[in-house]
Amino acid sequence: MTEKLDVTLSVNGKRYEMKVEPRRMLADAIREECGLTGTHLGCEHGVCGACTILMDDKPVRSCLMFAVQAEGAELRTVEGLAKGNELHPIQQAFWDHHGLQCGFCTPGFLMLATGVLEQNPNIGDEELVHALSSNLCRCTGYQNILKAVKAAREEMKP
Amino acid sequence: MNYIGRSVKRLEDLPLITGRGRFAADISFPNQVYMRVVRSPFAHGKLGPIDLSEALAQEGVVAIWTGKDVVDIPHIGFRLTKLADLEPYRQTILAQDRVRYVGEPIAVVFAESQAQAEDAAEVVFAEIDDLPVVIRAIDPVGEFLPGRTTEASVVRKAYGDIDDAFRRAAHVIELELYVGRHSGIPMETRGAIARFDESRQVLEMHGAAKVPHWNRATISKLLGLPLEGMHLYEGHVGGGFGIRGEVYPEDVLTCLAALRLKRPVKWIEDRKEHLLAANHSRDQHHRIRAAIDENGFILGIDDDFFTDQGGYVRTHAATVTDLACAMLPGPYVIPAYRAAGHIRLTNKTPAGTYRAPGRYETTFVRERLLDAVGHKVGIDPIEVRRRNLIPLDKIPFARGLDTLGTEVTYDSGDYFGLMDQALQRVGYEDMKKAAAERRAKGELVGIGVGYFVEKSGLGPMDEVDISVDEDGHVRVITGVASIGQGVETSMAQICAERLGASIDKITVIHGQTDLIGHGMGAFASRVTVMTGSAIYIGAGQLRERALQAAASLLQVPEAELEIDEGVISRKGQVPGPSVTLGDVVRALRPGSTLLNGNDPGLKTVAQFTADHMTYPYGFHIGQVRIDPETCGIEIEKYLVAYDIGKSINPMLVEGQLVGGACQGIGGALYEQFVYDEQGQPLATSFMDYVMPTITEMPWVDTLVREDAPSPLNPLGVKGAGEGGTNAVGATLAGAIDEALQMPGAITSLPVGPATIYNLLKKKRAA
Ligand code: FES
Ligand code: FES
Repeated sequence: MTEKLDVTLSVNGKRYEMKVEPRRMLADAIREECGLTGTHLGCEHGVCGACTILMDDKPVRSCLMFAVQAEGAELRTVEGLAKGNELHPIQQAFWDHHGLQCGFCTPGFLMLATGVLEQNPNIGDEELVHALSSNLCRCTGYQNILKAVKAAREEMKP
Repeated sequence: MNYIGRSVKRLEDLPLITGRGRFAADISFPNQVYMRVVRSPFAHGKLGPIDLSEALAQEGVVAIWTGKDVVDIPHIGFRLTKLADLEPYRQTILAQDRVRYVGEPIAVVFAESQAQAEDAAEVVFAEIDDLPVVIRAIDPVGEFLPGRTTEASVVRKAYGDIDDAFRRAAHVIELELYVGRHSGIPMETRGAIARFDESRQVLEMHGAAKVPHWNRATISKLLGLPLEGMHLYEGHVGGGFGIRGEVYPEDVLTCLAALRLKRPVKWIEDRKEHLLAANHSRDQHHRIRAAIDENGFILGIDDDFFTDQGGYVRTHAATVTDLACAMLPGPYVIPAYRAAGHIRLTNKTPAGTYRAPGRYETTFVRERLLDAVGHKVGIDPIEVRRRNLIPLDKIPFARGLDTLGTEVTYDSGDYFGLMDQALQRVGYEDMKKAAAERRAKGELVGIGVGYFVEKSGLGPMDEVDISVDEDGHVRVITGVASIGQGVETSMAQICAERLGASIDKITVIHGQTDLIGHGMGAFASRVTVMTGSAIYIGAGQLRERALQAAASLLQVPEAELEIDEGVISRKGQVPGPSVTLGDVVRALRPGSTLLNGNDPGLKTVAQFTADHMTYPYGFHIGQVRIDPETCGIEIEKYLVAYDIGKSINPMLVEGQLVGGACQGIGGALYEQFVYDEQGQPLATSFMDYVMPTITEMPWVDTLVREDAPSPLNPLGVKGAGEGGTNAVGATLAGAIDEALQMPGAITSLPVGPATIYNLLKKKRAA
């Protein structure tokens, strides 16, 4: 068996030191080594986006990266969105607009939308739909997800 | 306060939006071993020796089992629509001497880590001698076992004099129609975590869903455990849609391993496994004939159809075929009817139910037929439906058929009314004119419609246990399951309004077999009807008891009291003397003089029973535009109109309808499990099993009506889960026909660009 490597991940501002095999996927390291199970795995082949996290503020698929590749980066997961009991506007919007049913895809959509809205607070509707098309949801039909993200766009405007 | 009928925000959302959900993969126990299933790479073959030597030598491997290690475990039985004919076709938890589909479990590896289990599974080699495959249900019947064919059974249903109908017919219409193989595909794959709790001598299975009580009874029996020796626990569930939460071989293997290995065992399926091993659905081929008179009135329907059951008959047994037979006639009079549904085994993944099972298929078939009838006699799609709909004065309407052990009687409904309202909502006449104008300018635009009757609220009973504690908290224990549909919120709404409690003080529990003895689970859109009614009854009893006690405490006649948000006071006198529900519970402690022979506290176990299902009905209308260059289909407009009698939470109902429509669109235009001629599946990832993203989804409008409350339950409700999905295939097929100006062109779903390309070519050639 290949030797394990020392890796330090910085997730939601906290440092996690771990020893992992080089093939350890980032998503698995976040879930198992860091114990942050809010990041979900829906396909493990880069299509569904349930595993979306922010890496240096950009949405990435954590199932397509090795843990070792994230060394030195600032990672953000769904667990880091709320400040204590105060929800992030995107979380509040998903709740208010019934943007989730089973909630399995939700962390991925929350992180995707957060990344997209932070990068471009004035993003137009068409571009927004385009950006959201990178994740799959099997329950909602997306309508309320779109409503929620549009509402968050207003809230998050600087 | 009034909670019923309000779009209350969901109680279940907070953990889900903060990343604190507990889905199957999030559950772990110390010292657990990981299970990995080795699956057949061949569609049909004789299973020879399996070489485990290399795998057993791998680091971290704890055990490996093949069929011979589990010969003592019986086949997995049937949950619904059991037919003795089907029993020889049940699946064992590991293949014994034949494999019958790619993905069938042939061995299981247990190891110290997930990666080690996967590594070892890679080097398990089985000798398999090819046998001839059957790939389509309409192929010639093959051999399942020596002496047993691949036609397991034929479900037959009929009423009226069908031969006479055809004798009297002005025209006979014959269609051959097909709905492709697709499935629910929840975003969370399946998973099970089992452990034996030595302190209680109980086998626990976590990751349960849908029907925990039935699964508990079934798995404990298969493993030879007493019923009390096993419990199931449902956490968060990442989508159900019919396929999730049935007993599968992997669940039993996980539980068996926890007993044998004396360590917790965790199994989480990967996506490829899910696409190969979890139930498929649909895949029905219909040959339908209709006798009609000169005005387009249908005198009789004769349908012969074939359900592609895949390699084995699983827990649903004949359910899909049975429902298809019973629900095909839909909202139309159709005086004579005969259907034969052939359950055919093939060498594909076994099939079960998927949202609107047997109805998505038969609505496509029936509505294609209605369109054909309209075309034949030269009338508009709306007019032909009008001529055949069951009129108001014939409701309740005994269909003359039965399904799921109940007679089909449409309990309430105004079929003309709903269609008119839907047409008005979309501005049908203008829409039609505008589409025709665009067509005249060369655009390929068309409108389609689909009408259907759904079923919901399968009995026979449901039970709830409601109790109030001394702080006024209300706990509602149900025997149902939550698969993401908002059960906690809608059940809490019913309880809060009926009891007079504040919704924030209500906890709804589901999916825990150790908390309640009975539970039918969540399927067939039964929860709101059955469990909701039981809660309505139980909460009403508690309200009564609370008012009685409060009358003594406040020295005010009971009739002058009211209860709101957990506070009981004299009607119209707030502020004023009052007591809370918690006060009442404290006053009703054991030994209290207020008990009057009743049990202490505020608690009850209430039941609701129903012999018949209740039948919601819906109408879809959609408009598509076809791009002649790309052959892509764009849905420009879509309306789902649905009468569910009474809606507990309109926001949740709309969510169900829109989400359901999205799945219907997937099945109509994109999704299909394709197989090659050797039975190799070609859709084994999300790259080739293509589901709609937000870009493919049109804006779906919903029209939720409460014109026909169900007389069968105290709330008047009917289930809302399946009406968004039901008629999408039918509606889009009609719209595509019209856009192409080729009546009857669409005979098969899904309709991809290749179909459009070929149709356009044919059209140009003509
Ligand atoms: S789990 Fe990463 S994209 Fe699906
Ligand atoms: S809410 Fe269930 S997959 Fe999106």
